[in-house]
Amino acid sequence: MRAQIAVYAALAILALAAPFLGLYPVFLMKLLCFAMFACAFNLLLGYTKMLSFGHAAYFGSSAYVTGWLVTARGWGTIEAILAGVALATLLGLVIGAIAVRRQGIYFAMITLALSQLVFFVCLQAQFTGGENGLQGISRGSIFGIIALGADRTMYYFVLAVFVAVYLLIRRIVHSPFGQVLNAIRANEPRAVSLGYKVDRYKLLAFVLSASLAGLAGSLKALVLGFVTLSDVSQGTSGEVILMTLLGGSGTFLGPVVGANVVVALQEYLSDVVGAWVSVIIGAIFVICVMTFRRGFVGEIQGRFARGAGKL
Amino acid sequence: MLKPGITALCALLSLYTSAQAAAAADQIVIGDIDDLSGVYADVQGQGGIEAVYMAIADSGGTVLGKKVIVLSVDHQNKPDIGASKFREWADQNGLNMLIGGSNTGVSIAMAKVAAVKKVPFFAIGAGGASLTGADCTAYTVHYAYDTTALGNGTASAIVKQGGKSWFFITADYAFGTQLQEAATRVVIANGGKVLGAVRAPLGTTDYSSFLLQAQASGAQVLGLANAGTDFSNSLKGANEFGLTKSMTPAALLAFISDIHSLTLQTAQGLYLTTAWYWDLNDETRTFAKRFFAKMHREPTMTQAAYYSAALQYLSAVKAVGSTDADLVMAHLKQTKINDMFTKNGYVRADGLMVHTMYVMQVKTPAESKYPWDYYKVIKVMSGEEADGSQPDPACVLAKK
Amino acid sequence: MTTVFGVPLPAILGQLMLGLVNGSFYALLSLGLAVIFGLMGVVNFARGAFYMLGAFAAYVGLQFLGVNYWCALILAPLAVGLLGIAVERLFLRHLYQLDPLYGLLLTFGIALIIEGIMRGLFGASGKSYPVPPLLQGGFNLGFMVLPIYRAWVVLASLTVCGITWFLIERTRLGATLRAATENARLVQAFGINVPLLVMSTYGAGVALAALAGVLAAPVVQVSPLMGSSLVIVVFAVVVIGGMGSILGAVVSGLVLGLIEGLTKVVYPEASNIVVFVIMAVVLIWRPTGLFGKE
Repeated sequence: MRAQIAVYAALAILALAAPFLGLYPVFLMKLLCFAMFACAFNLLLGYTKMLSFGHAAYFGSSAYVTGWLVTARGWGTIEAILAGVALATLLGLVIGAIAVRRQGIYFAMITLALSQLVFFVCLQAQFTGGENGLQGISRGSIFGIIALGADRTMYYFVLAVFVAVYLLIRRIVHSPFGQVLNAIRANEPRAVSLGYKVDRYKLLAFVLSASLAGLAGSLKALVLGFVTLSDVSQGTSGEVILMTLLGGSGTFLGPVVGANVVVALQEYLSDVVGAWVSVIIGAIFVICVMTFRRGFVGEIQGRFARGAGKL
Repeated sequence: MLKPGITALCALLSLYTSAQAAAAADQIVIGDIDDLSGVYADVQGQGGIEAVYMAIADSGGTVLGKKVIVLSVDHQNKPDIGASKFREWADQNGLNMLIGGSNTGVSIAMAKVAAVKKVPFFAIGAGGASLTGADCTAYTVHYAYDTTALGNGTASAIVKQGGKSWFFITADYAFGTQLQEAATRVVIANGGKVLGAVRAPLGTTDYSSFLLQAQASGAQVLGLANAGTDFSNSLKGANEFGLTKSMTPAALLAFISDIHSLTLQTAQGLYLTTAWYWDLNDETRTFAKRFFAKMHREPTMTQAAYYSAALQYLSAVKAVGSTDADLVMAHLKQTKINDMFTKNGYVRADGLMVHTMYVMQVKTPAESKYPWDYYKVIKVMSGEEADGSQPDPACVLAKK
Repeated sequence: MTTVFGVPLPAILGQLMLGLVNGSFYALLSLGLAVIFGLMGVVNFARGAFYMLGAFAAYVGLQFLGVNYWCALILAPLAVGLLGIAVERLFLRHLYQLDPLYGLLLTFGIALIIEGIMRGLFGASGKSYPVPPLLQGGFNLGFMVLPIYRAWVVLASLTVCGITWFLIERTRLGATLRAATENARLVQAFGINVPLLVMSTYGAGVALAALAGVLAAPVVQVSPLMGSSLVIVVFAVVVIGGMGSILGAVVSGLVLGLIEGLTKVVYPEASNIVVFVIMAVVLIWRPTGLFGKE
């Protein structure tokens, strides 16, 4: 317990002080957005063992909606974010309803195919700008009071949202709802025989995961100022799976660490080694699947399982 | 739990901070963000970077007492990578000037960053005329060529030869659409008509279904509004499916690197518009020889443009006595461009570098006497003929 | 010119022809996937990567080793098949007892590695691979010129599909394979080396992908990215046909190719998504796929 608090305290101090330590705020915000995305994805993979192969659909479509509303319709920042999340939720509901009925491989395939549909719709639709993407998305302000143009201000805003999402996920997992999900994951037939409407629970988890992924996407659109097709692409869906597994699904900090590693590697190695980044990431991934099946954080946790609380 | 956790965090921190390049105030930083591995890599790519180095060498290596360095990165034809890198270099690495782009979509994204960060951006390789139109900024200089000139050159030549009905195969992004628009305007102005058009994603390799649609339309001219490997693949496909027997292919944008990979056998007779050709005169030949020694291929017009742009930027900095973006841009817009790339070129109010353009025809294998002897000049267009004498009315800077 | 629904007949026939060519590709590619899944329960995400390797093997063979197309047709699948066997031995074998999702993720990671290496070595743009001299030129079918090479692709793919189906469904070897998936221990008790069987099956599946790669090389330009765009469509095909069914994979591959071709004439923008829409519909209505047995 003490160790856990200490780690969190250290992280909090680091996070709050980061912009003043000379770290590039835009990069940090990108990290936070992807960490949020990975946490949202983990809600599904880690706690209900549903492997969605198309999570970028929610991340990206929410980003597009937010970006478009801000640039083409002049909506306020917060309203645009909420609209994006609403779309992601709706999308999650529709896709989830179809997918949740199946399990394992079939579930993954359905999510894959349906997200491809979303990708192609985004490709064709006029408002997304197709291959050119949406550019020049301004950050606006929070209800006209706090302007978000400055990197530092935006950073604290994103940090605040991230912390809120993180705490929300913890709350969900530890709640009665979360307990039922746990039961379903451990032994689905038994849960069914106990009278739980398993499909409903799974769908709700799916929708929650999609909404939070959408939130991450909307924020990313505002942070970086653009949305492109790669945000709804297969590649991004694959990346979030990587991040979550690397860090350790089934832990809370796992996806965060995983996201950090992947984004940092891409950022700093791509300058140096170009295309070989994906080889390195792929290799780490393979090693993880073969040996560190619980991911970095999961392994660390496992080693120190006696005593320390769940991270 | 504590120790491994903190060690991990320290490791991560060091990862972040180690790559923070020191933004030295005693350097002039030229950035090149380009397609280094994709469809346009052969047209600019490494050759462009080499050309910049040549320009730096010709400027003396140091300007105003500062060393000139070059940063380069591959944008992989993704606007997000291009724009983020540009922003990062401007914020973290003291970037003074950005050159490159190749891809119109990426260049438009980067132009927006240029305006915000106030860094001169020499857009080379990207053709979209909107870079000096609706997407213009005070810091963009559109060098080499643009879609308007291509339409006025190639499309005009073909229509006047009798190619009245057109069908377009267009690369599905900003460049392709703008090129198709430019060509369409010329075709219609000359009494022709467009029977149809189809969009192919950037990087398509198999054009068979699009080519069949073109054939079904019955048009006389196959307008290829694409470039790089897209262009070579669609032309090869047209040959494969026997389309070239019934339709005239219009190479709306082609570079000498494309002709080289297609071979004269396939490409002979094609009309194309270019700003520069290595074999035009002694100055161009001297440059080409230096380039060939390093890259083992003759330079394309855009690679020559890289050289010229870097040279002109550095001499503007020397003339003005500082790297201040506004002063440099003002100087560029007031001075004539005179070097091996072009004579009496000038930068218009909307950022377009107006200069002579050439309509060329690809020689037949029999006509070609030595390696890379590919073009014969059909028409010399003055800058005004190619791009009009007035700034693009869609550009906000055009309104005085 | 006769028209059907306002579209000229030659155009429809032309696109259908092309659709048939694409369809036979899909059939060949999904064949290996169906074999591996049906017999081993492993979803091989690295399929696209092996397909791409097959094409590259042919390219490298031609450029640097003077191996011509016809030899490449045999050598490339052999070489890549061996690589596949190595992958099975070193990695996949250890994951069989676990959730099949791990196998999927592993092959996903391997695909990333292979693609990344090829991209690092060769860049992202395509290298051209010439059509072998024997197969150049085209048939004038009246409504279009069909390049001889494409006709050859259809012929070759369908032949290979036919042979594979026959091997699996009608021979003793195939029967043994099928028995091994149902009850490995029992089959092993009969003295048959099941791990060896499994390993060679995987290798064969991979070799099929590589063969498709060699066939594709002159048509689509050899590029490190060629696999990833195809992989998703192939998965959709296999799911529609039924994950374990060879016949299903072949038939759906062909039919989907034809439907895609038709869509290109009628509503071109939708041609990319029509496969996924069909997949979604099939999954809702008949979850095991059209021919699936589960």
